[in-house]
Formats: sequence, structure tokens, C-alpha cells
Amino acid sequence: MHYIMFYIFATIAIISSIRVITARNPVHSVLFLILVFCNVAGLFLLLGAEFLAMVLIIVYAGAVAVLFLFVVMMLDINIVPLREGFLSYLPIGGLIGMILLVELVMVTAGWVIPTGNLLATTTHDLPNTAALTNTEELGKVLYTRYVYQFQTAGIALLVAMIGAILLTLRSRSGVRRQSVTRQLVRTKANSLELKKVQTRGGV
Amino acid sequence: MPDIALGHYLIVGAILFILGFLGIFLNRKNVIIILMSIELMLLAVNINMVAFSAYWHDLTGQVFTMFILTVAAAETAIGLAIVVVLFRNRGTIAVEEINQMKG
Repeated sequence: MHYIMFYIFATIAIISSIRVITARNPVHSVLFLILVFCNVAGLFLLLGAEFLAMVLIIVYAGAVAVLFLFVVMMLDINIVPLREGFLSYLPIGGLIGMILLVELVMVTAGWVIPTGNLLATTTHDLPNTAALTNTEELGKVLYTRYVYQFQTAGIALLVAMIGAILLTLRSRSGVRRQSVTRQLVRTKANSLELKKVQTRGGV
Repeated sequence: MPDIALGHYLIVGAILFILGFLGIFLNRKNVIIILMSIELMLLAVNINMVAFSAYWHDLTGQVFTMFILTVAAAETAIGLAIVVVLFRNRGTIAVEEINQMKG
């Protein structure tokens, strides 16, 4: 059963990531990216990392992919000329990709997984996690051993947020905006003026 | 706990990584596709991390996967902001036309 699920998730993830880089329409690319993320979340579930699977769906399919969709739809890109040059880069790109893939597969296949010894050295100071769920274990480790890294990650997100706002903020001239302060300081005395119009004189 | 060999997950991760790499190489016209390819590569790294973490019963891999997710989200936000500014200034997001800093 695990095998069947693994192959289903892996196959769909790989096929849709091929479609991500070959789709003609960027919107389709984003949608296939969401499909990849959901399938990899399934792989995480098979590995027993439930919390990360849910975080992957929430953060990626829920936030990052929507951000991508926003930008893709906001920028008015015409689709057809964007695809030129795909074939001219295919030989060199395919060659380098094949070399890298063969190397990675050779490393993976020829590598003997050490057991026992490494287990004893790395997990001895982690809490005993036999009876806890994955989320509880992760919380126990994240908020104790890795609390400084956790805070640093928060700072990185804050900096990214400020940077994104700063980059895209612009003050356009000629736009009439509501200024509450100016509205509040206006009084009858400095905004209203009574004029005596002379009869038959006009203004 | 998991009965699928570790190598299976590593190979899936390797294939996803190569696909992201190819996406960067082949798309010379669209910066957004390149950002998506970077997301794919980071996701492949995450698969490897979680696979090792599950097979050695060591949670460090999963903790660092969370940090990678954080950094990837931050990188996406900044990258897309840069793309928006670029499109506003140049009217295009084609990679080949971004050559103002060539000197």
C-alpha cells in the first residue's frame, strides 16, 4: 500500500514539475506548481512528517502559489513571445541536466547508508519521542534546541516583508487621497467666506 | 517505520532538482518561471532532508526543512517584488532584456 501511494505521489509530482517548466501559459505553470506541492506533501505524510506536510500545503499552496498567481495575473505578459529560445537552449541545458542527474543517481545508488553508529551520536540529547506525535516532537525540539535559529527565521521573514513593501511602494503624483488630518483641522472660519454680491454687478 | 527505501526518496528529490535546474536553464524569457524553478529545487532539497530525518529518527532534518521553507517564502516575496518593480520600470520581464548592468 505504501509503495503504491509512493509511486502515485512521486509520478504525479515529477510529471507536473515537468509541466511547470514547459507550460506555455504561466498561470498553468503556477497551477502545476501547486499540484507538485500537494503531492510532495503526500510524500512527507508517507515519511511520517505530518506537520511539515500540512505546513507545505498551507504555506506553499495557500500563500506562495497565490502570490505567484497574483503577480502573473498582475503583469500583463503576452504568452507567445515568452516561449522563444526554448529549443536553442535545450541541447546544452539537457546535456548539463543529464550529467547532473547521472551523477546524483550514481551517488545515491553507490552510497551505503550507515546505521546504528550515527544514530547513537546524534539523537542522544533529543527528548524521548516514543509516545509523541510528530508535531509535538517538532515543537519540543524547535522551541528548545533551535530557539535562536527560530527567532532568526522570524527576523528573516520580517526583513523580507519590509523589503517587499519598500520595493513595491510608490507615491504617485496626481492621485487625490483622503487626508484625515487636513479634514479635521478645517474650520468654518478658514474654509467658508461670505461675499456680498452687488446687485447687477456679477461676481 | 517507513518501508520504502531511502534511495527512492533521494531519487525523486534528484529528479525534481534536475527539473528545477532545467527550468532555470531553458527559460530565458520569463523571470517568474525561474522563480518557480528555484522553488522546485528548494522543494527537492526538502524532500531529501525529510527523508534522511525519517530514516535516522532524528528531527534535525525536519527542523531545518522548516527553516528552508521560511527562507524560500521570504525569497519568493522579495523576488516577486523585484519582478513587479522591474516590469513597472522596463515593461518586460524577459531575462534576455535585463542587461542594463552589463557595463
